[in-house]
Amino acid sequence: MEFKGYKRADGRYGVRNHVLVVSSVSCANGVVEALGRIFPDIVTVQHAYGCGYGPDDWGTSFNMLSGLVNHPNVGAVLAIGLGCELLKAEHLADAVKGKPAEALVIQQAGSAATTRKGIDIVEGFIRQLEGQKREPAPLSELLVGLKCGGSDAFSGVTANPSLGVAADMLVGEGASVVMGEVTEMIGTDHILKSRCESPELGEKLQKLILGHEKYVKNALGELAGMVIAPGNIDGGLSSITEKSLGCNAKSGSTPIREVVDYSARPTKKGLIIMDTPGYDIDAMAGMAGGGVQIIVFTTGRGTPAGFPAVPVIKVSSNSTTYKNMQGDIDVNAGSILDAGKTVKDVGREIFECIVRTAGGSLTRAEINKSSVFNCLKQGATF
Amino acid sequence: MNSNALKVNPRDNVAIAIRQIVKGEDIVVDGVKLLQAAEDVPPSHKIALVDIKAGGVVIRYGEPIVQAKDDIRRGQWVHVHNSQPIERD
Repeated sequence: MEFKGYKRADGRYGVRNHVLVVSSVSCANGVVEALGRIFPDIVTVQHAYGCGYGPDDWGTSFNMLSGLVNHPNVGAVLAIGLGCELLKAEHLADAVKGKPAEALVIQQAGSAATTRKGIDIVEGFIRQLEGQKREPAPLSELLVGLKCGGSDAFSGVTANPSLGVAADMLVGEGASVVMGEVTEMIGTDHILKSRCESPELGEKLQKLILGHEKYVKNALGELAGMVIAPGNIDGGLSSITEKSLGCNAKSGSTPIREVVDYSARPTKKGLIIMDTPGYDIDAMAGMAGGGVQIIVFTTGRGTPAGFPAVPVIKVSSNSTTYKNMQGDIDVNAGSILDAGKTVKDVGREIFECIVRTAGGSLTRAEINKSSVFNCLKQGATF
Repeated sequence: MNSNALKVNPRDNVAIAIRQIVKGEDIVVDGVKLLQAAEDVPPSHKIALVDIKAGGVVIRYGEPIVQAKDDIRRGQWVHVHNSQPIERD
């Protein structure tokens, strides 16, 4: 199968062609916000750091943002910096390969003049991108993120297994899918290990999951039990293994081909595991940094959260959430519970929604401009 | 016939209620009547499709999820009252 996308210099295909304006440090966010008000159709990224943190967090945010500015859904980049920060606007603009990129520094001209310069640059980018056309690409060019959040008792019954069917269909087309949220894999390390395509990879994944388990226990102490909360038990989940299997169900049934670091770009095709936390926005940031062109996000309780430059498809696990949040949800897997549909039927619906989205059809989160940003940060703030 | 339970994987020895099931009600999976509920089962909870002996494993998603604390009879509700996490080395 094919979709029509924007071919990039590095060979990847974008499913969108966005102008991205990004701050390198939170102090520069005002100018980014101003440009977003003037050009409502550009994508803006304002983040909370860029300074005041240690080398590990600097590296995490630089790698993630480098992935985002080089993202195939982005056609041109303007980075706004302050001047005295750790993560500089030039670092981000220099990281961009094969497409227009500029950097502006507020301490050189003040925010009003920087905004005026930004307006000229963005207008130029918009004109440049207008001339670019979509070209046919095989579905194997797709890299799709798999996410669940605000889960309920039916997430592991309807939405996640349906997404698993869609994931298997994508892998069958030669495409790749990325599952993160290693915290949600606790209790299934031995099972996921056996799904890895080589024993070495299995060892690596098991070590990663056990590391997260230890981290959760150290960080939360008595509260570690919250990873299987009373609400989960009320919902019928009898063990952490059962809960995690319900999360893992969104990965389908194909072998695990690669395990990658947070926001790293996969090098193999098929099912990829990424080291991300469970927190929705940080997990989506990792996947976006790794280059997923689309994220499919299942939800039981419902969430409107999308992500900058990456269309996010929402799948509800039950029809009440779908009805309550119809304007936020793209596919209702609750139809398995009350409309006689099968997991396979909804899996196909999700797959078709992914193909439509790849060709330019907007997701609810895009229509609502529900684009929220955060990036993983684990160390101290100075 | 309207289904009231789902079986995720062919290897599973439990089905999942997709709505409240009452004692004596037929359990219907993929339009096929499999057995009768031996007790009430809340929505999204598990029903044993076969007898599971004490110590035997409960399989969902094709994988062992818990083991039976007591003998569980076909049609019974399976949860933390009659099953426990599987001991690992």
